[in-house]
Amino acid sequence: MSSTSASFDPRVLRAPHPVPGAPDNWKRFFTFNTDAKVIGIQYIALALFFLLVGGLLAMIMRGELITPPADLVDPSVYNGLYTMHGTVMLFLFLFPILNGFNNLLIPPMIGAPDMAFPRLNALAFWLFPLFGTILMVSFFVPGGPSTSGWWAYPPLSTQNPLGLFVNGQFLWILAVALSGVSSIMGAVNFVTTILRMRAPGMGWFRLPIFCWTAVAAQVIQLVGLPVLTGGAVMLLFDLSFGTSFYQPEGGGDPMLYQHFFWFYSHPAVYVMALPVFGIFSELFPVYARKPLFGYEFVAVASFGITFLSLIVWVHHMFYSGTPQWMRNLFMATTMLIAVPTGIKVFAWIATLWRGRLRLTTAMLFCLGGLINFIFAGITGVMLATVPVDIHVGNTYFVVGHFHYVIFNTLTFGVFAAIYHWFPKFTGRLMYEGLGKLHFVLTFVGSTLNFLPMHWAGLMGMPRRVASYDPEFALANVLASLGAFLLGVAMIPFLLNLVSSWARGERASANPWQAIGLEWLLPSPPPLENFEEDVPTVLNGPYGYGLNRPLVADEARYIARANASPAPTPTPASTPRRPEP
Amino acid sequence: MTTALWIVLGLLLDGALSRWMVAQVPHWLPVQASAAAPHVDALFALETGIGTFLFVGCVTLILITVLFRRAPKYDMVNGDPIEGNLKLEITWTLLPLLIVALLTWQGIRVNTTLATLGGKQRVSGGTEAMAVSAAATTTGTGALAAPYGPVRVIARQWSWEFVYPEGVRSAELHLPVDQPVQLELVSLDVLHGFYVPAFRLKQDVIPGSVIAYRLTPTREGRYRLRDSLFSGAYFASNQTDVVVESAEGFQTWLREASKQAPHPSWNPARELHERRLRRGDQGWATVPPAPPPLVNVGLDPQASHEA
Ligand code: HEM
Ligand SMILES: [Cu+2]
Repeated sequence: MSSTSASFDPRVLRAPHPVPGAPDNWKRFFTFNTDAKVIGIQYIALALFFLLVGGLLAMIMRGELITPPADLVDPSVYNGLYTMHGTVMLFLFLFPILNGFNNLLIPPMIGAPDMAFPRLNALAFWLFPLFGTILMVSFFVPGGPSTSGWWAYPPLSTQNPLGLFVNGQFLWILAVALSGVSSIMGAVNFVTTILRMRAPGMGWFRLPIFCWTAVAAQVIQLVGLPVLTGGAVMLLFDLSFGTSFYQPEGGGDPMLYQHFFWFYSHPAVYVMALPVFGIFSELFPVYARKPLFGYEFVAVASFGITFLSLIVWVHHMFYSGTPQWMRNLFMATTMLIAVPTGIKVFAWIATLWRGRLRLTTAMLFCLGGLINFIFAGITGVMLATVPVDIHVGNTYFVVGHFHYVIFNTLTFGVFAAIYHWFPKFTGRLMYEGLGKLHFVLTFVGSTLNFLPMHWAGLMGMPRRVASYDPEFALANVLASLGAFLLGVAMIPFLLNLVSSWARGERASANPWQAIGLEWLLPSPPPLENFEEDVPTVLNGPYGYGLNRPLVADEARYIARANASPAPTPTPASTPRRPEP
Repeated sequence: MTTALWIVLGLLLDGALSRWMVAQVPHWLPVQASAAAPHVDALFALETGIGTFLFVGCVTLILITVLFRRAPKYDMVNGDPIEGNLKLEITWTLLPLLIVALLTWQGIRVNTTLATLGGKQRVSGGTEAMAVSAAATTTGTGALAAPYGPVRVIARQWSWEFVYPEGVRSAELHLPVDQPVQLELVSLDVLHGFYVPAFRLKQDVIPGSVIAYRLTPTREGRYRLRDSLFSGAYFASNQTDVVVESAEGFQTWLREASKQAPHPSWNPARELHERRLRRGDQGWATVPPAPPPLVNVGLDPQASHEA
């Protein structure tokens, strides 16, 4: 099976995306390539690099926090580290890697040849290395990077101690604004593609959930980002040009910024969460061998989340002097999010129930992510309860909560997606042994890291501290050990990625026996996916055990996908003609 | 029949486990030292109970499938092709709705009971805030015991200063037990957070606003008061203590304090900053700490707090 010799379906060979073993395979990743599959891998690879950067920063932080006093780095350095850790993880890891999956998955899943606007797509991607570099450069400017946290609340963020025009905070705002521009370009592209380029017969209720969640998430970007960008521009003016939008001395109001910031940044957590809900909804049926339970409910719940996520932002400001009626109102709206989210969670559990589970690495990450997400949802409801939030808000309880979401759920989902779709887009299988080791280390490490934080927070340890009272030492030692274990967990993962890419076993068109348009293509798919021969969709997705075809002429598409790699490709060989 | 038995047994076990978790709640929290604390803790305990029940229930179902429904290797058979069940779906839409409605109702009830937050008056900047706050009069509701105060709470990068109506100034907050206190929160530079974990209370201190705040300490002791809203380089060191004393003890303290000459309080942020300067000002940019407040009673670096 495993061969490294180049023998490919000629359609595949024409593709500019990675074909293991093909000559100059890697060079195309450094060009302004407009192929969504190249762009997808560019996003994912660069995002994984920044995951390592963000993880390194986190480990220095956990090194500082393993003992109560501030003894490893200067407190100002600690503040810069945590600011950059958060910024890197959100803007350079999670957002981009999910955009990577959008690029890889949306066109094949809906039978489109590419994105609607390939050039815009490439431009959106190339902004990413640009603002990534700007953020990294900010470590080296005089005064260091931004140290005001990823919220960048004024007037702290506009203090500019050294009085220089180009400072860490300035570069930070610039990078975040560019990231916003890139996200808007991406959003326009993803939404248009899904709205306009679906295969014949693919109505809304035959659309894979991943695409539903992609639209639901990208709508948030389109609504929210302009507000954040406006807020950030005013912040930049206050910082660099002496205006006083947010400065009380000049008649401004620092609270105004908090509204702008959270109006986008709360929904932003759902921009990251929704696609991972999509990933879970795709993977559970495959590995439980059952249809997704209540597909329509799960699909529509995505938009319930989108709508509600736009009207809950004040829960980040319960203790900011928000009047009582507003606290009560936003407590109610926040709690309501538990309803559509609950619909999804229960649907996943019901999908597992009476299934025939295959515990692949991808499935393990999904299961772990699901369990962690139930926990995170419960602490989320606690945080939504005003009196409880008044106590635990801005403490390590919140840090525990959102890491349970962002790492223990969303990043788990991202890992699952990598293990699941890696064979599709590289034509190679990943090693299951290394994968399972990665999962076990990650699960133990993340639990050790983030569970004790809730306890520290309940006892009153504020977040963002570089030093703390000795009574919090135990929780922090556990958390630090967990963090280092997470660092170790990355080793089998990276090893797996690199070695499977280079010499992994050749993957068939559909190694997981999954149902979905992308699995009717060869692995890796040709440049334009189905090219002229786009299948007509007959049924909804996830028809496991229902004995119904997904598309018309399914057998032909399967045969065609499996025909590659062709045993002996000769220059004369023409693409296979479909049998009548 | 046996299935029903299993379900009942499971629910009972889950219930017992949830009750046990609720019993653990006090161990996870600091002592209760304000009138607000029991309300907050009760709400948290309720949520812990409901949360545990749901979490254990869901995880049990997942684990059952993982343990008993694994496909043998190379088995490619599908599971039961169930596409949905409208009754179930409606149930698990309405049930969470009911639960969060209950929690919201309870949350609003506790909010109304606590009513800690008074008016907020917008001013421009620190100096005006000080003037407004100095002229403040108590705005108590007549029926309650007349609140003590207003005690002015002044937050700076990075120190706390407390000014009592009698004119005494201190760097740690002294309060009489079982008496409502009126506070006026003022910041002279950036946002800070007034947070006393043992009180279960937290309120941001906002430059350009004078915030009226009311609380009632209910237990004598020494508790931590922490800055909870990130305020820059020495944020973590911006802590002090709240000392809750008997009414007589408090009066004695006030009398003794007024006899002390004002002096700059000991200030951990300044110590750290001086150490940094001695080491050649290594580190990333920060504004220097404000001069420590001139107080009758300063911070005691040796004192040990209860929570
Ligand atoms: C049942 C669902 C959820 C509820 C009810 C909920 C509720 C909350 C609340 C009330 C806060 C504010 C706490 C505070 O700052 O005092 C919070 C913080 C946070 N949540 Fe959630 N949450 C939920 C799910 C999520 C999801 C899905 C994500 C991410 C994708 C997420 C990410 C975050 C983050 C990043 C923060 C911290 C923001 C910050 O302060 O830096 N949460 N959550
Ligand atoms: Cu939020």
